[in-house]
Amino acid sequence: MKKSYQKLEDNSINAIKQMTHCNLKFRALFLSFILITFLSASLFAQEGDATAGKTLFNANCASCHKLDKKATGPALRNVEQRLLEESGLDRDWIYAWIKNSSAVIKSGDAYANKIYNDYNKSAMTAFPQLSTSDVDNILAYTAQPKAEKPVATATGAVAENSTGAGSGISKNVLLAALVILFGLLAAGLFMVNKTLRRFASEKGIQLEEKSKRTPLWQAFVKNQFLLLVTAIFFLLASGYFAYGYFMQVGVDQGYQPVQPIHFSHKIHAGDNKIDCKYCHSSARVSKTSGIPSLNVCMNCHKSIYEYNGETTAEYSKEFYDGEIKKLYEAVGWNDAEQQYTGETKPVEWVRIHNLPDFAYFNHSQHVSVGGVDCQTCHGPIQEMEIVEQYAPLTMGWCINCHRETNVKTEGNAYYTKIHEQLSKKYNVDKLTVAMQGGLECGKCHY
Amino acid sequence: MSSNKKYWKSVEELNKDNSLVVDAFKQKEFVEEIPTDEFLGDKDTLESSSTSRRDFLKYVGFSTAAATLAACEGPVVKSIPYVVQPEQIVPGVANYYATSIANGYDFANILVKTREGRPIKIENNNLSSGKGANARINASVLDLYDNLRLKNPKKGVADISWETFNAHVAVKLGKVTDAGKEIVLLTQTFASPSTSKLISEFKEKHTNVRHVVYDAISESAALDAFQNTYGERGLANYDFSKASTIVSVGADFLGDWQGGGFDKGYSKSRVPHKGKMSRHIQFESNMTLTGANADKRVPLTPTEQKKVLALLANNILGTSVPISALSKHIVQAVSNATTQLLRSGQSAVVVTGVQDVYAQQLVLAINKKLGSTVFDPKTPIKTRQGNDEAVSNLVADMASKKIGALIMSGVNPSYTLPNASAFNDALKKVDLSVAFSMKEDETSSLCDYIAAAPHYLESWGDVELTKGHYGLIQPVIRPLFDTKQFQDALLMWSGSTETYHDYVKANWSQNILDGASWSKALHDGVHKKVGLDIEEAAAIEIGADSYNTAVNALARTSTSGYELTLYPKTGMGDGQQANNPWLQEFPDPLTRTTWDNYLTMSEADAKDLGFYLNESTFFTQERHDATGGLNGKYAMITVNDTSLKVPVIIQPGQAKGTFGMSFGYGRSLGLKEEMRTGVNAYPLYKAFNTTQTVSIKPAAGKHEFACVQLQNTLMGRGDIIVETTLEVFNTESKEHWNPIPVVSLNHEETPVTSPEVDLWDEFDRSIGHHFNLSIDLNACTGCGACVIACHAENNVPVVGKEEIRRSRDMHWLRIDRYYSSETTFEEDDTKKDNFAGLSGDNGSLGGFGQLEDPAANPQVAFQPIMCQHCNHAPCETVCPVAASSHGRQGQNHMAYNRCVGTRYCANNCPYKVRRFNWFLYNGNDEFDFHMNDDLGRMVINPDVTVRSRGVMEKCSMCIQMTQKTILDAKRDGREVKTNEFKTACSAACNNGAMVFGDINNKHNDITLLKDNNRAYHLLESVGTKPNVVYQTKVRNTKEA
Repeated sequence: MKKSYQKLEDNSINAIKQMTHCNLKFRALFLSFILITFLSASLFAQEGDATAGKTLFNANCASCHKLDKKATGPALRNVEQRLLEESGLDRDWIYAWIKNSSAVIKSGDAYANKIYNDYNKSAMTAFPQLSTSDVDNILAYTAQPKAEKPVATATGAVAENSTGAGSGISKNVLLAALVILFGLLAAGLFMVNKTLRRFASEKGIQLEEKSKRTPLWQAFVKNQFLLLVTAIFFLLASGYFAYGYFMQVGVDQGYQPVQPIHFSHKIHAGDNKIDCKYCHSSARVSKTSGIPSLNVCMNCHKSIYEYNGETTAEYSKEFYDGEIKKLYEAVGWNDAEQQYTGETKPVEWVRIHNLPDFAYFNHSQHVSVGGVDCQTCHGPIQEMEIVEQYAPLTMGWCINCHRETNVKTEGNAYYTKIHEQLSKKYNVDKLTVAMQGGLECGKCHY
Repeated sequence: MSSNKKYWKSVEELNKDNSLVVDAFKQKEFVEEIPTDEFLGDKDTLESSSTSRRDFLKYVGFSTAAATLAACEGPVVKSIPYVVQPEQIVPGVANYYATSIANGYDFANILVKTREGRPIKIENNNLSSGKGANARINASVLDLYDNLRLKNPKKGVADISWETFNAHVAVKLGKVTDAGKEIVLLTQTFASPSTSKLISEFKEKHTNVRHVVYDAISESAALDAFQNTYGERGLANYDFSKASTIVSVGADFLGDWQGGGFDKGYSKSRVPHKGKMSRHIQFESNMTLTGANADKRVPLTPTEQKKVLALLANNILGTSVPISALSKHIVQAVSNATTQLLRSGQSAVVVTGVQDVYAQQLVLAINKKLGSTVFDPKTPIKTRQGNDEAVSNLVADMASKKIGALIMSGVNPSYTLPNASAFNDALKKVDLSVAFSMKEDETSSLCDYIAAAPHYLESWGDVELTKGHYGLIQPVIRPLFDTKQFQDALLMWSGSTETYHDYVKANWSQNILDGASWSKALHDGVHKKVGLDIEEAAAIEIGADSYNTAVNALARTSTSGYELTLYPKTGMGDGQQANNPWLQEFPDPLTRTTWDNYLTMSEADAKDLGFYLNESTFFTQERHDATGGLNGKYAMITVNDTSLKVPVIIQPGQAKGTFGMSFGYGRSLGLKEEMRTGVNAYPLYKAFNTTQTVSIKPAAGKHEFACVQLQNTLMGRGDIIVETTLEVFNTESKEHWNPIPVVSLNHEETPVTSPEVDLWDEFDRSIGHHFNLSIDLNACTGCGACVIACHAENNVPVVGKEEIRRSRDMHWLRIDRYYSSETTFEEDDTKKDNFAGLSGDNGSLGGFGQLEDPAANPQVAFQPIMCQHCNHAPCETVCPVAASSHGRQGQNHMAYNRCVGTRYCANNCPYKVRRFNWFLYNGNDEFDFHMNDDLGRMVINPDVTVRSRGVMEKCSMCIQMTQKTILDAKRDGREVKTNEFKTACSAACNNGAMVFGDINNKHNDITLLKDNNRAYHLLESVGTKPNVVYQTKVRNTKEA
C-alpha cells in the first residue's frame, strides 16, 4: 500500500478569515457587516429598528429560523409581506403567533394548523417576553433585502500570479544572456591561446614540454594513509546516513493523507475556536481521543449548510459547500426537507497518528490528569488546513517529554501523599513524570 | 522443612523401580535432547549437498535485507467512527452489564464486560448471593464468537428465512393437531419463571402439548427424593460456610454435584480462623476435586458407598440393618465420621452423590435429624428439573408414532442420550422435528428444521436459581446472526405479537418485583423475593419403617466385577461447550490433561490388568516419548452391550476395582476438527446412572496424552508447598511449621531474608503503590476459574494438543497439583512388627498387601502459580536486551517489542512461569482456533498486546488493570480506595483464595495477609523475594 501525501502550496493560501452561523459572536459580526453596507442605502422606512431587530432575531429566533432557508422553522425573509400576500394575515396575527403559537393552533386557525403540521408537529416556543415593538423590530430586520455577496478576492491572487510569472521570464532571459557572454569569453580565450602558440612556433621558440607527472588519482591510490583516512571517512559517513535512514523507517512525521471529507481544522479549531474536546470528547475519559461520530458534526451543521468564510482559489466556497454536502450524504441528512433519510454511509477516515499495538497511550491521562495541551503533541492543529502528523511519535520523543515535564499534582488528592514523599526523597519541589516512574517499560508496554 | 513429606507429581517419581526414570529426568534439564545427530550425523548428505555454507549465508543475507525493505512501507489504517454514537458507549472505555447464564448446565448471575459493544469477559456479580462464575462460565463468552454458529434458520441443509420457517411450522403444527397427535417440547432446564408461564400458556392454547425437561447429566434421583420429602421439585441447598464437619459419600460438591457452586461457602469454612476450621471426610471412588480437598479421603467402590450410607443411617437415624462385606478400615472410618458428626451437632452435614432415591432420601433425613444449619431445604435449588422417566417415555412414544411434533431447545439428545440411536430412529417417525440450536450439532442436523438460536449474551430471559432468588438475562450485544429465541417463537405460535422482552417485563412486574423497580432489577441482574421459603413443617415425616426399607435397599446392593463412575470434567461439563478452545486446553485440575478424556484407573489395577507401562518400556518410549509427552494404552470397556475403546490414565487415589470416565467429549458435529477429541461416555450412561458395572480388556494401540506439569520432577524442591496440620498449627509456633529457610553465613545459620546474605541492594518500595498477591492454599479448591479469566483478560493464545505435548503451553496462570504421602511409614512398620502367622487378620500373607501404598490414596495440594514478580528477579539480570525490567510498583515488566527471544529468562526462572511464543498464534491457519477468524478475534482485550512469534511472555500481574485503577483515581482526584486494586485472577476467585492489593496501604486486606503467620514465599531459599505470597496449607487431620 502506498501512503498518500499531499503538500500544501503555501503561496496560494491567502489569509482566510471566515465566519459561520455556529458562533453567535461571529454571526453578529457578519450581520452587522451586512447591516452597515445596507443601512445607508436602505430606503425601506419601516416602523421599527432593524438593528435592534437583528439582535433580537439572533438571540431568540436564529436557533430555528434562517432568513433565506428553511430550517427547523420556515425561512423568515419578508415574512410579513409573504403572509399578507399568501394568506391575508396581518401583523396582529404575527404578534399572537409569536407570543403563544400553541394558543393560535388551538383556536383552530387554519394557517397556524397548516404550519404546525408541515413542520413535524413541533410547536414553536412561546415568546411572551417579546413586546409588540420588539416584534416590530424583528419584522423590520426580516424585511431587509438580501445582501449581495462580496466578490471573492480571486482578482488579487491572479494579479500576484502574473507578476510571479513575469519575474520568471526575466530571470530566464538574464540567464541566457550570461550563458552567451561566458561562451563568448571562453571562445575568445581559446582563440588568444591558439594565436599565441602560432606566434611562438613561427618565432622558433621551443615550448617547454610538460613533464610527465603522476596523475592525482594515482598519487592518491599510492598514498595508503590518505586512502585509509578517506575509507574511514566514507564508512563513517555512510554509516551515519544509513543510520539516519533506518531510524526514520516507520516514523511518519509529516504524514498528511487525503481524507474522504476535506475537514479543515483551521476553520473549526482556528477561525471558530471550537474547543478540541467538543468534538474529541472521549479524550477526557478514554484512551482514544475518538474520531467524532457524525451526529456530533450535525450539532452545528444542521444549521450551517454553507461556508461563508474567506476562500482561496483552491479552497473556494463551492469546494467547502461540497464538503458539507458530503457530510450530509454520509449522515443521511436531507437538507431541503430538513430531515434524516436514515440512509447512512459511514466515513472511512484515514488514520494519521498510528501508535504500534505494543505501545499503550491514554489520552485521558495526558489531557484530563496531566492537563497537557493537544498542541503539545499534535502541533498547531488550529492552523492546519489538512492535518499532518506533527510529532515523530517515537519512543525517544515520549521519553524526552516524560523527563522534562512536571506532573500536575496541585489539587489532585491522588498525588498529595506521593508528591510529599517523593519530593522529600528527590529533594525537589516539582516532580517530573520520570521521577514518578513514568520511564518504566511496563507503564506503556503491556 | 515443616512437615516431613515427600511431594510427587506422577507415579514414576514414586516407584523405587522407576528411579532410573526420575534420575534421567533430574539429569536432563531439557526433556527433549537437542537432535544434533539428526542434522550433523549424516556425512554423505552433508557433503553431497549442493548448498554450500556460502550459499546459505547469501540466502540469509538476502532474505534479511528483503524483509527489512518490505517493512519500510507503513500500511494505511482506516478509522470508521459511528454515524450516531450510542450515548453510553465511549470508545476505549469498558461498560459492564449484569446478566445471567442459564444454559441448562451452568447457572449463575454474572457481570459482562463489553468494549465498543463487544462482550469480552465474564466477571462475578458481587450483588448475587449465589454462586460465582466457574471456568466454563468464564469461557462462555468465547462461545458467542463461535464461527460454526448457525447464521440463519435452516430446512434440512437449505437456508430459509424466518418467515418461511414460521409459516411452515405453523402449518405443520396445525396438521399435527388435526391428526390428534401430540406436540412435545423437549427442553433443557430453564429454571425460568417466565418461560414456565409461557409454556403453560402454550399448553392452554394447544391442548395436545407435552413439556419434557431433560438434563444431560441427570439429578433425577435427588430431585425425586426431595419431592418425596418436601413436596416440591428441587434440590436441597447447602451453605458449607457454616459447616464444621462435612461428610460426603460420593458427592463431588466442589465440582458439578447438584448444579455445583458450593465452593464459595466451603472455602470460607476451610480457612483456619481462631484456631478452627471445618473437617471434611470424603468417601469416593474417583479422585475428584472434592476428594482432593478433603482432610480425609477414603477410596471405595460405588457399592461400598451405598453401604457406607446405610451404616451412617444406622448410626444416626437409629436403624439397625446388618451391613455385610465392608472392610474394617471403612467401618472404622464411618464410625469416626459419625462421632465427629454427632459432636459437631448443628454444624455437621452429610451429602451424597449416589444416584439412588433411597440414598438421597436418607441424606435428607440424616441432615434433618442432625438439625444441620448447613442444610437448607427452605430455598431449594431450581437449576435441575430433568425427569429421566419422562425422557424414556418420550423416546418410546416417538417410536410408536404417538408424537406428531418434537420441538427441542437447549438439548442435544442424539449426543447425550444413552440410547441415542434409538432416539435417532424414533426421530424419523415424528412428523415435524424442530431444534432450536446454536449449532448444526448431532441432534439438530437430524431435524426437519433448525431454528438458529441466539447465545445467552444476545437473549432476554430470567432465571430462578434458588427459590426466590431471581436473575435477569439481558442481551449485551445485538444478535450477531439472524437468530430467534425459543421463547419468541413460542409466543408467536401462541398467537401473541409480544416480544419475549415485553413478556418477561410484564411477568416480572406482575408476579416477581412486588412494586420494586424493573430498571434496578435489570441493573443489578438479581432480585430477591422474600416469603417464598418452603415451610419447615412441609417436610413429610417418614417413619422408622421407611428408613428401614431404604437402608435395607442400600445395604443389600452387591456387584461383581469392576465399577465405572461417570463424571463431568471441570473443564467440559456436559459437553455443550466442546467447541471452546479455552476449555479444551484447560488442564484438568487432577490429571493435568488437556484436550482429552480417558479412563482413570488405580495403579494396582493397571498392573493387574496390563495397562501399566513400566520402567523397561520407558526407554523404548512407550510411556513418554521424546517430547516428554505421556502415552497410554487403550482399553475396551463394555457395559451391557455397549463397548468403547478408551485410553487409560493412571490416577493415584482411584479406588481399587473402580474406573472413572468423564462426559462431554467425543462430540462429532458442530465443532472444528481439532475439537473432536476424546470418547463419548454417554452411551455407557445406562438408565441415567453414573455408576455402571463394566468388563474390561486391553485393546491395541498407543494413545498420546497432552498433559501439563508431568514433564519434570520436583528436583528435590519439596518445600514448594508448606503444609501442616491444624493441631500443630494451633499448638506450635510459626518457626516450627513455617520456618524461614536458613543459609550458612560465616558458618552460622542465617535466615535468607536477612539483608547480610543478600547479593542485592534493597530498593525503597515504601512510596506509592507496591502490589502483592496472596494465595491461600487452604481456600483454593483448584477449580480453575482464574485460569480461564486470565486467558480472557490477557489474550493468552491456544496452542493445540500437539504443542501442549511438547510442553509449549501458554497458560500464564497454572494450578499445579501435588500429591503427597508420609515418607515415614510408621504405621506400616508397626503393622509389620505385629504380624502373627501367615494368614488371619494379622497374617503376613494378606498383611503385606495392606501396607500403605503412597499412590493408593495420596493427599493432594493445589497451588496456583503465575509469575512471582520477584523483587530480586533472576530473569531480569540475564536478559541481554533488558526486555524484562522491574517496576517500582513491584511488577516485573515484560517489554515484548524489546524481546529478541533468547529465552535466557525462562531458563533462569526458578518457577518456570515464562512462556515462549514458538509460533504466531494469531491469524495462523496452523492454529485454527478462535484467533484465526475475525469473529473469534472479537473476544480479544484491546488493552493487552497480542504477542507475536519469538517473544517471551508471562503474567503481568494485570498491569493494565492496576494502571486503570490508578488512572481512574487520578481522574477523579482521589486516593485509590481500600481493596480497589484487582487482577483478573483475584476478581475471578469466588473462594477468596486470591487476594490482590497495595501493601503500602495498611487498610488493604493484603497488608494483613502478607505478614500473616501462614505466609511464605515460594522457594524462599533462592532469595528472589517474590511479590506473590502463599498461605500455608493446614489440614484438619485429627480423628474424632
